[in-house]
Amino acid sequence: MKNIINEFTVRFPSRSANESFARSAAAAFVAQLDPTVEELYDIKTAVSEAVTNCIVHGYRDTLGSISMTVRLYENGTAEIIVRDRGCGIDDVKLAREPMFTTGGADRSGMGFTIMESFMDKLSVRSVAGWGTTVKMSKRLTRREAK
Amino acid sequence: MTVNHSLSDGLVRIELQGELGHHEAITAMQRINEIIEVHLPRRVQLDLAGLSFMDSSGIAVVMRTLRGCRDIGAALSLQGTPQQARRVLSAAGVDKVVDIK
Ligand SMILES: Nc1ncnc2c1ncn2[C@@H]1O[C@H](COP(=O)(O)OP(=O)(O)OP(=O)(O)O)[C@@H](O)[C@H]1O
Ligand SMILES: [Mg+2]
Repeated sequence: MKNIINEFTVRFPSRSANESFARSAAAAFVAQLDPTVEELYDIKTAVSEAVTNCIVHGYRDTLGSISMTVRLYENGTAEIIVRDRGCGIDDVKLAREPMFTTGGADRSGMGFTIMESFMDKLSVRSVAGWGTTVKMSKRLTRREAK
Repeated sequence: MTVNHSLSDGLVRIELQGELGHHEAITAMQRINEIIEVHLPRRVQLDLAGLSFMDSSGIAVVMRTLRGCRDIGAALSLQGTPQQARRVLSAAGVDKVVDIK
């Protein structure tokens, strides 16, 4: 991945109205790498999953702060880090299984599966009681080498 | 997110427009349930052509709509599904239980 050519970080409260803002902001920034429309949608979808998880699970009964960093690398890779200081995940391996959910009928347990299949890499670090950090990256096929 | 519907001869067509994420899902689900409960159709078409974005919250909406339809013996199909929504639904295997067009 090597050199970072650009990056930004935003911090916002865990209100569901910010989900749309977060995914659009990430996609708008990544657009600098000149990806395909489909790749931009992949980024948007993965970011939406990560941010929604902070709001729905991390800060289930409270309002907290979410931070999102988007980094662009010289080789055309976009890296996104979404972090909350919420309840954390007891068993990350179990949480990443398709259809595992603690969210009841409103959720399908497919968020991590979607992040995994829409991005190249996904890492989840979490400490129960301290919060969760999701880091994901995708190498974009640049439509035109510059 | 807006939810509109039209009726014809046992068929209810429900059109979703805008973005369907967690923020919009609860309202969308309530509206869909109301429409199905009031009209008790034999067939339900969920028209997704107007969706500009959908994530896993939309999977739960489709699956709960499917359950609501089965409860009253109605058949469900998805119409006009945009590519992005289709990829999300397929990742979850929804295409194996609902007819997606
Ligand atoms: N940020 C987080 N904080 C605490 N728990 C989390 C967080 N993210 C995920 N989890 C846990 O991992 C589980 C699986 O997450 P995943 O996104 O795959 O599915 P979901 O959110 O339950 O359903 P869906 O994403 O399909 O709506 C969640 O049900 C929750 O228990
Ligand atoms: Mg989720």
